Amino acid sequence: MTVGMTVCAMLCNCKVPMADVEGMALCLVIAAQPDAVSLALQRVMRAPELAGLNADGRGTAELVLAEVLNNVVEHAYACYPGEIELRLIVAPACLHCRIIDSGLPMPEERLPPGGPPDLGGDLPEGGFGWGLIRALTTGLEYRRLAGRNHLQFSLPV
Amino acid sequence: MNITVEKQGELLMAQVQQDRIDAACAIQFKDRMRQISLEGQGRVVLDLSQVAFIDSSGLGAVVAVRKALGAERPLELVGLTPTVQKVFRLTRMDSIFTIHDRWDDGLRDAV
Repeated sequence: MTVGMTVCAMLCNCKVPMADVEGMALCLVIAAQPDAVSLALQRVMRAPELAGLNADGRGTAELVLAEVLNNVVEHAYACYPGEIELRLIVAPACLHCRIIDSGLPMPEERLPPGGPPDLGGDLPEGGFGWGLIRALTTGLEYRRLAGRNHLQFSLPV
Repeated sequence: MNITVEKQGELLMAQVQQDRIDAACAIQFKDRMRQISLEGQGRVVLDLSQVAFIDSSGLGAVVAVRKALGAERPLELVGLTPTVQKVFRLTRMDSIFTIHDRWDDGLRDAV
């Protein structure tokens, strides 16, 4: 984990990436605003730690991270501003992700349901996010700990 | 939002000239497409071949454009890149939109 800690310390002030998995770590603290999220994602996808991802894995990672981060901006920080901490561990064929924020908890402190949208009748213009996240991740878990939201999942890459 | 438009007879060909349609620019995308749709009365074809990335906000904006155009002017799409294709497939929006692999002049007069 030494390499991971070094990279982490260069990019942000978070202390421990993820204790339970091995790999190169990449950590970032992002202002919870759409523009900041978009720029941070583009920066993360260019990071040398992710250079080994294939094109499909890269697209999936960017999509899932965008959905998760946009949800935090839109819902968790709907009432007040804040920051989002993004911790990635790049392991062989797998990207472990943890997203932490100090926004409002998920309703009932549980993951919202999310399947494919109902396309009958009036076409939906939103509500696609959790369906995409659930379809593309494994080990999706949410916890509310000490006033912060912790979401973690893995992506095959 | 940089979207160029070319008139091909009755048809409006709109090409997105940036590589992403995401939550940060979905509103600008909708506004620009609304402007473009006023430039004609016929079909609108949206060329996404330069767009490497779209998120669900961007997808929602494309759906909103389709709805704003109305049933008489169905929005058609062309040139979906792999990640964009994945978003349309996973949300089943690929079953709603007419999607062309690429554009050629033969499609200009197609119904």
